[in-house]
Amino acid sequence: MSAFVGKYADELIRTAKYIATPGKGILAADESTGTIGKRLSSINVENTEPNRQALRELLFTTFDALPSISGVILFEETLYQKTSAGKPFVDVLADNKVIPGIKVDKGIVELAGTNGETTTQGFDSLGARCQQYYKAGARFAKWRAVLKIGPTEPSELAIQQNAQGLARYAIICQENGLVPIVEPEILTDGNHDIKKCAAVTETVLAAVYKALNDHHVLLEGTLLKPNMVTPGSDSPKVAPAVVAEYTVGALRRTVPPAVPGIVFLSGGQSEEDATLNLNAMNKLGVLKPWTLSFSFGRALQQSTIKKWSGKKENVPSAQAAFLARCKANSEATLGKYAGCAADAAASESLYVKDYKY
Amino acid sequence: MSAYCGQYHDELIANASYIGTPGKGILAADESTGTIGKRLASINVENVEENRRALRELLFCTPGALQYLSGAILFEETLYQKTANGKPFVEVLKEGGVLPGIKVDKGTIELAGTNGETTTQGHDDLGKRCKKYYEAGARFAKWRAVLKIGPNEPSQLSINANADGLARYAIICQENGLVPIVEPEILVDGPHDIKKCADVTERVLAACYKALNDHHVLLEGTLLKPNMVTPGSESAKVAPEVIAEHTVRALQRTVPAAVPAIVFLSGGQSEEEATLNLNAMNKLKGKKPWSLSFSFGRALQQSTLKAWAGKEGNIDKARTAFLARCKANSEATLGTYKGDAAGGEGVSESLHVKDYKY
Repeated sequence: MSAFVGKYADELIRTAKYIATPGKGILAADESTGTIGKRLSSINVENTEPNRQALRELLFTTFDALPSISGVILFEETLYQKTSAGKPFVDVLADNKVIPGIKVDKGIVELAGTNGETTTQGFDSLGARCQQYYKAGARFAKWRAVLKIGPTEPSELAIQQNAQGLARYAIICQENGLVPIVEPEILTDGNHDIKKCAAVTETVLAAVYKALNDHHVLLEGTLLKPNMVTPGSDSPKVAPAVVAEYTVGALRRTVPPAVPGIVFLSGGQSEEDATLNLNAMNKLGVLKPWTLSFSFGRALQQSTIKKWSGKKENVPSAQAAFLARCKANSEATLGKYAGCAADAAASESLYVKDYKY
Repeated sequence: MSAYCGQYHDELIANASYIGTPGKGILAADESTGTIGKRLASINVENVEENRRALRELLFCTPGALQYLSGAILFEETLYQKTANGKPFVEVLKEGGVLPGIKVDKGTIELAGTNGETTTQGHDDLGKRCKKYYEAGARFAKWRAVLKIGPNEPSQLSINANADGLARYAIICQENGLVPIVEPEILVDGPHDIKKCADVTERVLAACYKALNDHHVLLEGTLLKPNMVTPGSESAKVAPEVIAEHTVRALQRTVPAAVPAIVFLSGGQSEEEATLNLNAMNKLKGKKPWSLSFSFGRALQQSTLKAWAGKEGNIDKARTAFLARCKANSEATLGTYKGDAAGGEGVSESLHVKDYKY
């Protein structure tokens, strides 16, 4: 058999297609407890469950923003949390046609004998965990593989391990009713130029799609979450139109048309850069057989978190900031963003060297 | 570096794109001397150079046919032949807006330890030969890899060897200015159903595109020549719409959008079947970021050959048959074929020969 046709096949295809609806994208709110702690400490807020709950409630109850969001990726804790009025988050999201997703990987571990390259863990009992998450209301999953560019990186071992890992994760998800988001992130760290990033991205994506085929993954029931193709963090920036050209070129060379949507990660880009780049891609006049959208974490939340600063009285202005970014990115998926949602916070680079989630 | 960026980069992209022009397709007239001998024998014509030349002149000089063609694949001998009036065939083709192509493989040989599976040879000095062909006017090349479906086939060895062979051939072509047509033919022989054919086609194509990526082939400067996805030759036939659905889906799952055109081989299908299936694919709604066209040998020439029977007095009749098939397939690339060429003599005759050797 070529591709998975188990009991969830039709549902997987429908869900993936819905998430890829033009004008919508994904809010990546799946920061692990450790990672969200870094965000909270940057605004001097203690990393406690009520504070984590308060932040996510702020986001999920920005009701005017939700039409721009087709899915939200959650961390396990959040999947079971409620609003302060006692309504489960998954119900709030479902009421607003936002599909809950769940981060299922268990972080990265180093590959011995490499120069700091990693693979991703989380396979143990993954099927059983997916089943549980499905029961709790999740309908898609996310697993982050990480690669880096260096003189001898990414190595063939890193590419193979991460591609195989993503494919194995993907088929297990599909067996259990979750649309897998396939995320092979190539870090921006480095002084390489955009051509180098393009070459590496194409090599990595080709390996990923070969592995998905080997593992009988149903491509119509998946989404891709890649990095945009950009110069390295230590290299001069280029215009959004250039990022768009190289990114779409790389995807046209590697991502089969059966994939319904591509939802970019923002990496260390500022909120505004991420939106402008996405917009440029959607304005590009070349044939694109998948929708191009967003799955942004920092690039949707940064200015929102700053405005909130943990204070209840700041919630309305924080929500206004969140709404602005959601609308901007929604417009960017249609190539209609006019660039007016920027303020100082939105233009701030979110790049952290050797970023650990 | 990810993909080929040498001196022929822009030309390869332009030529591949041109071959994929909607309304046009490829005439596969690259039968080797041995193979064309079989065709000629079937109409009681002697396999001598003059007869081979006469047949190709019949085809290339059919008034009004060249507008439906973007390319013609030639065997080496034909690349250097001329019309009876002394005009080189490559000039005739070029003037008619048809790019000359050249078959560059040297046939299949068995893979030891397999159940009759093969790989394709022809890599030795391939670069030099491509250069020569470019100088003679060729602008694209073709290399046929063959796989089969069986209880244990295609084996991983066969898939890997053929995919790698195709990729190596492809990059050598590009280095020398020729657009490579990548042809991983999965034979129709067998009692398997259409789902099995789809499964195998998807696996084979995925392996091909991984190999092409490994070898830094510029996809925008290539073409794909696959089999259509059909039931096996010993299985019940299905409607063109079913073939279209399975074929297009297999391609959506494996062929990147950077490939400008897919030009199907006809395998053992009759002329009319091949046209109807191609037409159904172009009528199908769905994502098709590459154009879908033809690269037909038998399915363009069969009734023409029969009508000619080697006699000069039959040339007009033969050309009428050829023009009809060219026009029909041109319409099929646009999804507008109405079936009005179905009345031609022999057009519904199956051209399947078990375990076909070119």
